[in-house]
Amino acid sequence: MMKKLLIGLFALLPTLTMAAGPSVPLMDANIDLRDNASLQRGAKLFMNYCLGCHQMQYQRYERTFRDIGIPVEIGKETLIFDDSKVGSHILNSMSKEDAAKWFGAAPPDLTLISRVKSPDYIYTYLKSFYKDESRPFGVNNIVFPLVGMPHVLQELQGLPMPITEEVVENGETVTKIVGVETDGSGEMSDDEYDQAARDLTNFLAYVGEPSRLESEAIGIKVLGFLVIFFILAFLLKKEYWRDVH
Amino acid sequence: MSNAPVDNSRRRFLTIATSVVGGVGAAGAAVPFIASWNPSERAKSAGAPVEVDISKLEPGQLIRVEWRGKPVWVIYRTPKMLEQMKQHEDQLRDPNSDEAQQLDSAKNSYRSQREEIFVAVGICTHLGCSPTFMNGGFGEKVEGTADGFFCPCHGSKFDMAGRVFQNVPAPLNLEVPPYTFLDETTILVGEEEEMA
Amino acid sequence: MATNYEQPNQTADETNKRSGGAISSVVDWINDRIPMTRVWNMHIAQYPAPKNFNFWYLFGSLAILVLVNQIVTGIWLTMNFVPSAEGAFASVEYIMRDVEYGWLLRYLHSTGASAFFVVVYLHMFRGMIYGSYQKPRELLWLFGMLIFLALMAEAFMGYLLPWGQMSFWGAQVIISLFGAIPVIGEDLTLWIRGDYVISGATLNRFFALHVIALPLVLVILVFLHIVALHEVGSNNPDGIEIKRKKGSVAEEDKPNFKFHEYYTSKKDVVDAIPFHPYYTVKDILGVAGFLILFCWVVFFMPEMNGFFLEAPNFEAANPLKTPEHIFPVWYFTPFYAILRAIPDKLAGVVAMGASIVVLALLPWLDRGKVRSIRYRSKWHKLNIAQFVVTFLILGWAGATPQTVFSTILSQICTVTYFMFFVLLYVYSKNEVTKPLPTRLTK
Repeated sequence: MMKKLLIGLFALLPTLTMAAGPSVPLMDANIDLRDNASLQRGAKLFMNYCLGCHQMQYQRYERTFRDIGIPVEIGKETLIFDDSKVGSHILNSMSKEDAAKWFGAAPPDLTLISRVKSPDYIYTYLKSFYKDESRPFGVNNIVFPLVGMPHVLQELQGLPMPITEEVVENGETVTKIVGVETDGSGEMSDDEYDQAARDLTNFLAYVGEPSRLESEAIGIKVLGFLVIFFILAFLLKKEYWRDVH
Repeated sequence: MSNAPVDNSRRRFLTIATSVVGGVGAAGAAVPFIASWNPSERAKSAGAPVEVDISKLEPGQLIRVEWRGKPVWVIYRTPKMLEQMKQHEDQLRDPNSDEAQQLDSAKNSYRSQREEIFVAVGICTHLGCSPTFMNGGFGEKVEGTADGFFCPCHGSKFDMAGRVFQNVPAPLNLEVPPYTFLDETTILVGEEEEMA
Repeated sequence: MATNYEQPNQTADETNKRSGGAISSVVDWINDRIPMTRVWNMHIAQYPAPKNFNFWYLFGSLAILVLVNQIVTGIWLTMNFVPSAEGAFASVEYIMRDVEYGWLLRYLHSTGASAFFVVVYLHMFRGMIYGSYQKPRELLWLFGMLIFLALMAEAFMGYLLPWGQMSFWGAQVIISLFGAIPVIGEDLTLWIRGDYVISGATLNRFFALHVIALPLVLVILVFLHIVALHEVGSNNPDGIEIKRKKGSVAEEDKPNFKFHEYYTSKKDVVDAIPFHPYYTVKDILGVAGFLILFCWVVFFMPEMNGFFLEAPNFEAANPLKTPEHIFPVWYFTPFYAILRAIPDKLAGVVAMGASIVVLALLPWLDRGKVRSIRYRSKWHKLNIAQFVVTFLILGWAGATPQTVFSTILSQICTVTYFMFFVLLYVYSKNEVTKPLPTRLTK
């Protein structure tokens, strides 16, 4: 009886965990940490559009260049815009006080953002700005309502207009924003902007855990070794236990 | 307890094979622990080559820069200093720089890439104090030599090419770090590059 | 055999014994000074272990392996960790990025913490199903419970050190629990924190306890646990003793192995095999299997979907901003769910404490004479099954944002959790059990 009850409760679990997730379904970022070209484009986007306000205070330029396949000299010329040394952390010169004054709160450090949120979240976020004149910067965001940040990639995407839909919720009809559509004023086509958002997400995912690929490369070898060791240990155990059985 | 005969050779083989593979595994597991003691990215970044601007360096003057936490001297030697360096070579321990205290580019009578510009790590080869530059007052230490370096800790004496005098505790000439002239007035200390 | 130093000429017997090469003479030299060979024989090479240990008996040695891993990687992390509110978070990222293989040392340690609890929970479960806590192994069980307590304290304090959001707010919540204690509660929390909130002072004292005090306590307790084990001997899946009254076992029933006279002089031993080589090779196999799973997590999924490393902990501690949902790490969630199930602060804390203490009382709550689940009643099997399900549901509920449903579920499971012990106490007195075998089954 107890068991039946418990089995019934277990059957309910999936629906419950779903209910606890974010209110907006996230898009699939579909990133590839092995795609150096994408990472390099992402790095370029970051340095050009994000670094003005967001730092990567734990990540160093030189290591980044090395990991994503940019020769140090070229990286120094094309991706370091201030007088930072290649061995320096990726910092900007905005003071916390100024930042708080301009944006209401200091823009968060982005070194670990891909691990605090998720690549899918970042990708969705970058594609979810929409025009909202009531906001100080004229834009709002579907996954991050009341966001205190301008749409810095607007010159690429154009101004995204909200797509609304009438939905019945709790017996009331409400207007919900279900997506965005650019006004076409940007430099990029929709596909190009998707790729740009993906590249930037990819780069942030790399910076979140720069050891990921090295870890997997070593991991494969370690597991292979352990399988051999396991087989030997198994044969050894079997050999000795012939005494017992 | 079965009475099947024990296959000792198989048993020995498996024991040894497992031990050897296990030993290799243990050695492999030690690698990250040992490697983690190498200088970190932070230490390497702090120890990266340093650019020195010598455009304002005047003849007879010495400037100090920090490289890998150590004082590096850059000295603009006057013709008089260069001349007097030839006079006391018989009083030196290693006048021809035979000991490996410099790269080949500085293994000459001036111990430098350019005659007048001398670059050296300002740390006495005895016990690590930083010698004092005696500009014009060195004659009281070594007769007939007006300029040189005197270590206040144990009295070691070096000439204007960082060469150590005889009968002092320091065993070796001052170390000349790797360096490169990036242009006429800029030196990169810490790295010697082939310039195109 | 002690050497008589006043008499340089050795006896014939000693000369024979010492006719080996250089290695054996070194061994002899040591044995004259500390009992190396004797301890090796008594506790490893000639220690009688039941021959029927199964899968469940691997977790003791695995717990030692994980303990060693934690100590060694912990020492190495200490070399670069900065125990201050200003420096802790950055120093962890420094380890992850700037120190060669620092990421590996950190993941070995963070995954090791969870692995420790996986192994220890399975080890405890083994003790429950085979009645390993029953007479004469009560003290062995109590040492085990003390290890569990010390481990929880160790894990809790260690979790504060990375100084992320979960570190900070998790510690805030757990320390606030002490505030529920009447009269002294508020002063006590202040004293534990050393500040009005969790601060650098708290971090520093937790660091000291985490890296020195508690590991020392753990190692000593593990030593005592093993000493107690070897004194009473290992239980086994049949739950019957392998040590019998002296003279009660016929010669042909005695195993063909040499056991240390410490065990054979007082008792007759049946169905036993020496720990070494039989269980050392088996444990090595267990270690290999465990390491495959462990390394798979370490190298490919160290976050374990947020169970081993929680996402909010990648954000530095911010005393002004609480994360949306605060949960302890998975290994605390069953007890945390019990705490949350009860709407009264003091009662909740008491219930949570009781849920751990009651485990320690198992040897006295179980009044049965039969140990192993194999020979116990259907009711006992059902009771253990419901306890497992209860524990899992509580674990899930404690890791979920509180809803009406999860609260009711936690309340039901809190009742069934304690019901396990109450029922056990009731039915174990006159339990209908199956007949025990006289010898170990396969």
